[in-house]
Amino acid sequence: MDRAEPLLREYLILSRGGQGGVTASRILATAAVLEGKYAQAIPQFGAERRGAIVRSYLRISDEPIKRHSRVKQPVGVSVFSARILELMDLNSIAPTAKRVLVNSSKPVHLGDREVFYVDATSIALELNLVIAGWPVVNTAMAAAMAKVFEIASLDSILEAMKNFFHGKLLEANLEAARRAWDRVRKA
Amino acid sequence: MVRRVVLIGNHAVAEAVKMARVQVVAAYPITPQTIIVERIAEMVERGELNAKYIRVESEHSALAAVYGAAMGGARAFTATSSHGLLYMYEMLWWAAYSKAPIVMAVVTRTIGPPWNIHSDHHDILSVRDSGWIIAMAENVQEAFDLTLQAFRIGEDKRVLQPVMVGLDAFVLSHTAEPLELPEQSDVDAWLPPREPLPFVMEPGKPFAVGNVGPNEFTMELRWCVWRAMERAKRVIKEVDEEYRKIAGRSYGGLVERYRLEDAKYVVVAWGAWCGDMKEAVDILRSEGYPIGLLRIRFARPFPREELIEAASGAKAMLVMDRAVSMGMEGIFSMEVKSVVGGRVPVKNVVAGLGGVDVSYDEFVEIFRKFIDEYESGKYIDWTLPEWYMPWRGGSR
Amino acid sequence: MNGKFWKYVPQNLELEAEEDLRNFLRYLLAHPTPGSAGATGTWRTLKPVIHVDKCVKCGMCWLYCPENVITWRPGEYPSIDYTYCKGCGVCSSVCPRGAIEMVVEGE
Repeated sequence: MDRAEPLLREYLILSRGGQGGVTASRILATAAVLEGKYAQAIPQFGAERRGAIVRSYLRISDEPIKRHSRVKQPVGVSVFSARILELMDLNSIAPTAKRVLVNSSKPVHLGDREVFYVDATSIALELNLVIAGWPVVNTAMAAAMAKVFEIASLDSILEAMKNFFHGKLLEANLEAARRAWDRVRKA
Repeated sequence: MVRRVVLIGNHAVAEAVKMARVQVVAAYPITPQTIIVERIAEMVERGELNAKYIRVESEHSALAAVYGAAMGGARAFTATSSHGLLYMYEMLWWAAYSKAPIVMAVVTRTIGPPWNIHSDHHDILSVRDSGWIIAMAENVQEAFDLTLQAFRIGEDKRVLQPVMVGLDAFVLSHTAEPLELPEQSDVDAWLPPREPLPFVMEPGKPFAVGNVGPNEFTMELRWCVWRAMERAKRVIKEVDEEYRKIAGRSYGGLVERYRLEDAKYVVVAWGAWCGDMKEAVDILRSEGYPIGLLRIRFARPFPREELIEAASGAKAMLVMDRAVSMGMEGIFSMEVKSVVGGRVPVKNVVAGLGGVDVSYDEFVEIFRKFIDEYESGKYIDWTLPEWYMPWRGGSR
Repeated sequence: MNGKFWKYVPQNLELEAEEDLRNFLRYLLAHPTPGSAGATGTWRTLKPVIHVDKCVKCGMCWLYCPENVITWRPGEYPSIDYTYCKGCGVCSSVCPRGAIEMVVEGE
């Protein structure tokens, strides 16, 4: 199908309820808009349950985004917990995604896809970003996504985060984003 | 100076309510609307919005409370969805035929059974005869803009009717998009406080609203509202044009015309899925098909003149319905046919019920089939509505 | 019709009504089944582990489990179905002997 908007890029975020996949998507959308782009951050519609696998989506475009239908052909996938890869088959849910980012302490290989990894869980633990026993990795993953998928600069990500956090929590999250930006590596 | 922000549809509506300096809010939570009134409650709590927030035990009471507030002269807002809107049904009539200029956000959601929280337009279109002005947004920006415009339209002395602002469940209510917010000072100048009513409600001077009367009183009141709706068509266009002064943007009044110039094939629809339809129109235009979209912004008052104008140069029309009247056809299809009937053949496709996703590439297929059928003379078969259900497969 | 677009003109009223009734029951009625939300055990971060040396077979965990994933009969040790246990920890909280430990699930 010929795309009406060739400059439109769509992403899939796989996270667990409570990890902050939706917030990450919104931070990225805000950062892209700060840079003059257009964006949509779309949560999984319906009930979100702590621990369950949640899909959220992100659209980034150089032109206003008209469509509101679901993302079917993501060019990139961000996986907030490596264990999700054991439970879901990327070949069936995102066959078009050539580039994948995984929250993992060690390199991950996924066929002929280009894989990047960052240990966002360790970053969250280092900075005590833990809610109800859960390391909240959204800001680290948002920064890593911004770099890997070339969505926005680190400065824009940090600026966007000021809309979501305040005070000490903001400081810790800004640091998480900086560390993730520095530490993300190609597998 | 406008401010560019990224908000989900529900927060954009709450922001518009704040900028409109609403004085009374009463609401009962229901998915996917709840976030609107949650955000407003936070605004009131933080002192950003100087309003009375009334907690109630049902949607029926929510509308009764804002009805009372509006009759007392306050700027009043509520929000609901689906079953909540149906539960308000009786009070909708009281508010509209008392000419109480309330604004209500309706996050459109299908009606059970089966239990389902996703979007179609059965809720908002099933109340279309209740005397409310009924509008629907295409995107988050328009959800904000329409909410502000709704106060100006409803409170205009030439209109004085309540207004519903619809936005699709989840695809707008929970999706974050960039939007531009006007300056508060510009909004204040454009939307001044409500003018006083021609009567004063105060303790010690009792009177009744809507008391028993001769039958002719009822018919006279209906006539008043009928005339107000006809005037509202002009006021809606005027307000939309004037909105450009503070926001730099307007939409075209009761409808938005997308690539309708020289269009021989006209698609008619409303709501968030029109964005995907616009992409489909772009694709078919690039292949040389003279197709355009007439996007309905207001279902009441209905854009009669705009539809006749669009039909006059067209070969055929396609109405995409996300709500259907059982035993008849799509709701907009009935209405469009009643206006343009006899001028051009009209096809009706029912799709997207219960939140079923329909994307731009599917609209390309639906629109192409419509054009092919017209060109091969098969529009004789258009008397029956067609249901788009691609998951069923097989043939029948 | 190509399987995507559907129109209906009644032909055989009895046959088609039967077809509709079958479909109607399928889409309207929901029967309880194990794991209708999928293998909810994958949602777990903490896993309840029963230490049988401390367990007094009282059945409190069985009684309180909100997901009915604990099997127990009087006089027997309880057992947990980890395919569906979400790891909420209610069993661990109500155990009068502290015999149920919540341990971190391998991530």
